[in-house]
Amino acid sequence: MSVHSLENADPLYGLMAEFESAGDLVAAARRTKEAGFKKFDAYTPFPIHELDDAMDLHDNRVSLFTLIGGLIGCAGGFGLASWVEAVALPLNIGGRPFISAPMYIPITFELTVLVGGLTAAISMIVMNGLPSPYHPVFNVERFSDASRSKFFLCIESDDPKFDRHATAGFLESLGPEEIAEVAR
Amino acid sequence: MAQPVELPSKIEIGPVIDEGHSLASVSDKIAGIVLKRKITIGWIFGFLIAFGFMQLLMGAATWLIVKGVGIWGINIPIGWGFAIVNFVWWIGIGHAGTLISAILLLLNQSWRNAINRFAEAMTIFAVLCAGMFPVLHTGRPWLAYWLLPYPNTMWLWPQFRSPLVWDVFAVSTYLTISAVFWYVGLIPDFATLRDSATQRWKQVIYGFLSLGWRSSARHWQRYEKAALLLAGLSTPLVVSVHTVVSFDFAVAMIPGWHTTIFPPYFVAGAIYSGFAMVLTLMIPVRKFFGLEDIITLRNLNNMAKVTLATGLIVGYGYMFEAFFGYYSADIYEKFMIWNRMTGPYAPFYYVLILCNVITPQFLWSKRIRTNPLVLWCISIVVNIGMWLERFVIVITSLHRDFLPSSWGMYWPTIWDWAVYLGTLGFFMTCIFLFVRALPMITIFELRMLLPGGRVKEPVAR
Repeated sequence: MSVHSLENADPLYGLMAEFESAGDLVAAARRTKEAGFKKFDAYTPFPIHELDDAMDLHDNRVSLFTLIGGLIGCAGGFGLASWVEAVALPLNIGGRPFISAPMYIPITFELTVLVGGLTAAISMIVMNGLPSPYHPVFNVERFSDASRSKFFLCIESDDPKFDRHATAGFLESLGPEEIAEVAR
Repeated sequence: MAQPVELPSKIEIGPVIDEGHSLASVSDKIAGIVLKRKITIGWIFGFLIAFGFMQLLMGAATWLIVKGVGIWGINIPIGWGFAIVNFVWWIGIGHAGTLISAILLLLNQSWRNAINRFAEAMTIFAVLCAGMFPVLHTGRPWLAYWLLPYPNTMWLWPQFRSPLVWDVFAVSTYLTISAVFWYVGLIPDFATLRDSATQRWKQVIYGFLSLGWRSSARHWQRYEKAALLLAGLSTPLVVSVHTVVSFDFAVAMIPGWHTTIFPPYFVAGAIYSGFAMVLTLMIPVRKFFGLEDIITLRNLNNMAKVTLATGLIVGYGYMFEAFFGYYSADIYEKFMIWNRMTGPYAPFYYVLILCNVITPQFLWSKRIRTNPLVLWCISIVVNIGMWLERFVIVITSLHRDFLPSSWGMYWPTIWDWAVYLGTLGFFMTCIFLFVRALPMITIFELRMLLPGGRVKEPVAR
């Protein structure tokens, strides 16, 4: 294990520790949270549900937006069909009522799914701040393994508790493979 | 109590993914197919054949636009010829992809992780093929936008009580949501390709497609939520699409179409044909790209079981179609089923029964389910059988309706065949490009199947 260039005076985005296994990372994330850090993030090659608890990740807004989107699609679908058949172009088809609700269900359903699904995908992408053409974490050379096989934890310099030396010492106590500074 | 019976000739099926793989090795293997593997002669050969067939589609569509739908074999009473047969067939094939990606995700079936990307790709390409047929069948494809509700100077609107309009909404929603789900699934894998690529242009293209994904835990949490929601929305969607397609028939008055069994029977048939197509494509792909350790015999075995189960439902459908005809006490219904079995198109009916009811019975045998070559042959037979099913439903019902004065015959012309084979070429062209340009297996979901993908927290120090 080595600590690279801690005396570097460049503005820092944060300090990044690399872990060998998912279990080590989850334990490290839990201790980081318990130590009172707020602005930190883990980077993993696949979703790890244990981190939701270890890092207090409980963002349910994607579900909420999807529900709202689905309801808009639902109302929009039924409203469109009813408006067209009752107001815009009322035609008497075999004496059926202008608002023949059962026959508008397929359109209502399809638009519910369409708007709900698009909302789910778009709200996930937007709330994740994507697309993001540049991000400081990619300045760490070994970070390319985050999408392949390695696990990273980064404590950001914006955190009120962040201190270049003390935080590096704290990360070392978590038993990482390596610690690197993340240039901004 | 009875002793546990030792089964004779026990066949070992093995795990979902072969042992010996690590997080890094699966990533490198699948990313390597896209990034490092040279383009082989075999790929070029196959691609050129597929691309050649696609030119048939181009030619036939051009001639159709020049001359009109009269170049096809359709007539009155058989206004729905190959175009609708192929439309229903292609849409059905797509259903396996969504079933694998959405329903099996909700059911927590981890064996799906190795095949879902490929199956979803197949779905999108199949739906694209399907969508061409109704548009071409209108005879004026350049006016296809008339199907959509939009304010126009004549203040004309689509008839929302018509199953044909439901179809427009169902198929376009299906295509859109499948494509979105597929892309969302690809984002983390694009990031893997970006980080593994060594050439600048590949890094730029995959980086652009990955939207700058950085594998953050905070992102993964929302990502998983969105993926689950998309799966939850796609599950009823996939069932609804073929149901709506079956309404095109069931809402009509024609004997043989006007039955309540159509929606479930169409959905089962769709999944049946879709799984057969997944097998048709996956078995050669796993061989040519050396993926036997990831798409294991367990995957093939499970897919064969789904094929068998849905095949039995389809067989049940045939049985009850015949029974309803008899039990309805309606002379037109009775005649329809009698004509189907003994009329001019009877050979098609019997080949259909042979392909769809008799052939899948072989899948009861584990030895056959784990023999890729035999399984591949069965899957081809099932594909043909399902195509014949749609032919029988569309053509035999239309050609003998209520009045003998309005009876007719339908035979496809060379242009019907050209469009059909052309869409097969288009489909295969897409598949050939897909396996070269995109990771054909969802890498990040595969990682979760590995020992390194499980979380064992060390005891607190």
